Amino acid sequence: MANIISDETIEYVGILAKLELSDDEKEKAKSDMGRMLDYIDMLNQLDTSSVEPMSHIFPVNNVFREDVVVNGDDRENILANAPEEKDGTFVVPKTVD
Amino acid sequence: MKDYEVVIGLEVHVELATKTKIFCSCSTEFGGAPNTHTCPVCTGMPGSLPVLNKQVVEYATAVGLATNCTITQNCKFDRKNYFYPDNPQNYQISQLYLPICRDGYVEIETEEGTKKVRIHEIHMEEDAGKLVHDDWTDCSLVDFNRSGVPLIEIVSEPDMRSADEVIAYLEKLRLIIQYLGASDCKLNEGSMRADVNLSVREKGSSEFGTRTETKNLNSFKAIARAIENETNSQIDLLESGEEVVQETRRWDDTKEYSYAMRSKEDAQDYRYFPDPDLVPINISDEWLEKIRSAQPEFRDEKRARYVEEYKIPQYDADIITLYKPLADLFEDAVKEGSSPKEASNWLMGETMRIVKDKNIEPDQVKLEGSAFSAFLKLIQDGVINKTVAKEVFEAIFDGGVDPVAYVEEHGLKMDNDTDGLKKIIEEIIEKNPKAVADYQAGNKKAAGAIVGQTMKATQGKANPQMINQIISELLD
Ligand SMILES: [Zn+2]
Repeated sequence: MANIISDETIEYVGILAKLELSDDEKEKAKSDMGRMLDYIDMLNQLDTSSVEPMSHIFPVNNVFREDVVVNGDDRENILANAPEEKDGTFVVPKTVD
Repeated sequence: MKDYEVVIGLEVHVELATKTKIFCSCSTEFGGAPNTHTCPVCTGMPGSLPVLNKQVVEYATAVGLATNCTITQNCKFDRKNYFYPDNPQNYQISQLYLPICRDGYVEIETEEGTKKVRIHEIHMEEDAGKLVHDDWTDCSLVDFNRSGVPLIEIVSEPDMRSADEVIAYLEKLRLIIQYLGASDCKLNEGSMRADVNLSVREKGSSEFGTRTETKNLNSFKAIARAIENETNSQIDLLESGEEVVQETRRWDDTKEYSYAMRSKEDAQDYRYFPDPDLVPINISDEWLEKIRSAQPEFRDEKRARYVEEYKIPQYDADIITLYKPLADLFEDAVKEGSSPKEASNWLMGETMRIVKDKNIEPDQVKLEGSAFSAFLKLIQDGVINKTVAKEVFEAIFDGGVDPVAYVEEHGLKMDNDTDGLKKIIEEIIEKNPKAVADYQAGNKKAAGAIVGQTMKATQGKANPQMINQIISELLD
């Protein structure tokens, strides 16, 4: 494995992803990520200077919707997914700027 | 103290006036009960698929064209990743790599003449939901009705040097966007929001100072106050040899103070990448031309035309065109045959007076063009007199009232019964020998008392010209 992921990096990625990893899991994640970067290095050996960057795998563009209201009130179904609800809202831990 | 200069750039978010959200067919209507305008897409349910609202592309392109931007004919959406409870997907769909518009500018009027404020880019994105903090329990409540409402973010270059320039720039954007019908641009209702990036530097320096970003500015007054406040505190820091810290501040207009927002943990690392759920957008030359040819007449052209074609004073044209709803009222009335000067007078006079009384903005006027035209016709045809007209105007001002029906129902038609009126005036003359004597002695103004009493006796419905004529017949 050419790419070695540092403890700081895996810690940081964990924070970004809101994941708490055990020491074991950290080691595994480090080696997984190292191998992913190795794979990217392999791709980087190819000459892509004449290839347009691609953002989508299908040769399709312009998929649009007309601006017409179709959806009605589906609150009951939507709130069925809420861990907790109150007065028609999703209840979450207190969050302030 | 050294001579300092303030450098300001703006990020302006504008809520587009579409009927549906940007990626789903939920209504964007304001004021619904919490979460009644939601679906799996705008609540970020796994497996849901966003589909772009075509109107959003058209509005964004139209704004870009009107602000002299280059349109990115091949553009796409990216995901901006962050965790916050008002953002159900844990990413916001936005545009980083290929924003729909780039490199534009608008011209503003300053004391030193016309100035260009450059626009760095305009991109399309979705709004977040609304968080309400529950004071009683240790929790927050989320309403996703606003989640997925289409926004454009207009990012200026740091070209502004004072609060006045910032306000002139915002006014210019507001006018352009309102004339396009792309948004109602109401700062106080949040359909236009401005974040101010501000730094100070020594005058003449070509380097920028460290900037702070101030959010939560919902009126022109708040913007002006926040700029003054932030400028002074940065200068104070520099003068005392301290450094300005790059941070995001939130303005509290009631306390006239801004405070640093608790940084969302590592939120600066957004890890943007192209959104795989949304296919690229290709705006063909034909499509672009179609949007270009549908551009309306903007304020500057309208203002010149009103003076040229309708011969109303420059001052009137300036004010009326400053608010799209007033310009629409004016044009509707003139189209229906009203005299331009009469229409303009009602907009400049009574309209502004009522707006001031009600403490609203002129662009919140709800009076319909059809009602205004019908109202002016009632005056022109001599159905109502000026006194009654003011009452009728007030009645129709808030919209939803037909002036013809109103006049009928309240018996406000001008009384054109000459014999009846003559009898009333004769009685009043009899009771007012002093006014009569004064009048006959050459003080024509004394007739005013008789006219006034006649109006009172007829509940304001008499034809004033007819009263004058009868008085003249009886006394001269
Ligand atoms: Zn939806």
